[in-house]
Amino acid sequence: MLELIDVSVARGSVPVLEGVSLALGPGEALVLRGPNGSGKTTLLRAVAGLQPALAGRIGGQENVAYAGHADGLKASLSVSENLRFWAAAFGTRDISTALVAYDLSALEVRWAGNLSAGQKRRLGLARLLVTGRPVWVLDEPTVSLDAASVALFAAAVRAHLAQGGAALIATHIDLGLGAEVGVLDVARHRARFPAASGDEAFL
Amino acid sequence: MRALLWRDLALAVRAGGGFGLGLAFFLIVTVLVPFGVGPETARLSAIAPGILWIGALLACLLSLDRIFALDFEDGTLDLLATAPLPLEGIVAVKALAHWITTGLPLVAAAPALGIFLSLPGPGYPWLFLSLLIGTPALSVIGTFGAALTVGLKRGGLLLSLLVLPLYVPTLIFGAEAARRGAAGLPVETPLLLLAGVSAGALALLPFAAAAVLRVSLR
Repeated sequence: MLELIDVSVARGSVPVLEGVSLALGPGEALVLRGPNGSGKTTLLRAVAGLQPALAGRIGGQENVAYAGHADGLKASLSVSENLRFWAAAFGTRDISTALVAYDLSALEVRWAGNLSAGQKRRLGLARLLVTGRPVWVLDEPTVSLDAASVALFAAAVRAHLAQGGAALIATHIDLGLGAEVGVLDVARHRARFPAASGDEAFL
Repeated sequence: MRALLWRDLALAVRAGGGFGLGLAFFLIVTVLVPFGVGPETARLSAIAPGILWIGALLACLLSLDRIFALDFEDGTLDLLATAPLPLEGIVAVKALAHWITTGLPLVAAAPALGIFLSLPGPGYPWLFLSLLIGTPALSVIGTFGAALTVGLKRGGLLLSLLVLPLYVPTLIFGAEAARRGAAGLPVETPLLLLAGVSAGALALLPFAAAAVLRVSLR
């Protein structure tokens, strides 16, 4: 469903990671670990197709549903309007399962601008359920979530995996997804800085 | 696509959406001109088509930086780029939404504001028609400029500097069509050239804007 072969990525023309290879099949999840600034976000953005990889091949990009640091919510739209828009953008209809999965049903008519940070995050994660895409690529999904919401999130990921989905998650905390979830430490793939990395500095 | 258009229109008319900003600016400019240049009917009616066109153009310019900047800041643009919608289509819908919320009200208001400037009677239909043909080009060119400056902090100044030269042909042919109409002269040539500018911008710039957007998102 998602396959990376010997991928290198750069941030601002400076290579940060190289030689990253991984493959995700149905029901598989992989957790990315590494210290701040080690290139997790850059790698995930390349996987989502938001920036080109320096080298290597990324297969299965069309399966990816991406959730980054920003939730992409509009403050003056209600919770259900926000979700319905993303459902329409991804060509699906049903938003009720997403509302139930993240316990948002009571907030349905509330403006997204009036939600707390954790509620916004839950809405941002609920968006993944309405995309209908099989591979979730998540960048620090548990930021500003309380323990109960993290449990909701972990349950949603487990359900997604049980339905034959896959997930690639950059996180620092233990999500309790089970022992079979793989872990990739990106620090081992840190790029050696080449002496001359192009002429970007002069532009 | 339709969902994106509805969302943009809903965002524009709700609180903080900026709908009416361009229209209010247009109104202020045209109302202030008689105070600035004096109330003589002859002088006002001579400059009315040009003033109305310049006012409409500047009013359009005012709301351009909102087209992508807001979506960029809250991460929507990243997520839209990963959605199964073509970026060219997203850009075209954004330009259409900008035209409906900014250009179309200007077109509708211009004849009424022509009264303030003693626009001669035969000029009204031509002013309306020239704005109707010309304002889509203003929105599409502006969307391209907004795509170019989307990642920049306070890119508004750069956006204006980039877009204003591109607006000049539209202004020349649009104001000329309105002026000739007001003077009772034939208007076919400037109107056709204005339509040509609009058609060219509509056909080419969504692709250019999508290309620069891909670069800006990196």
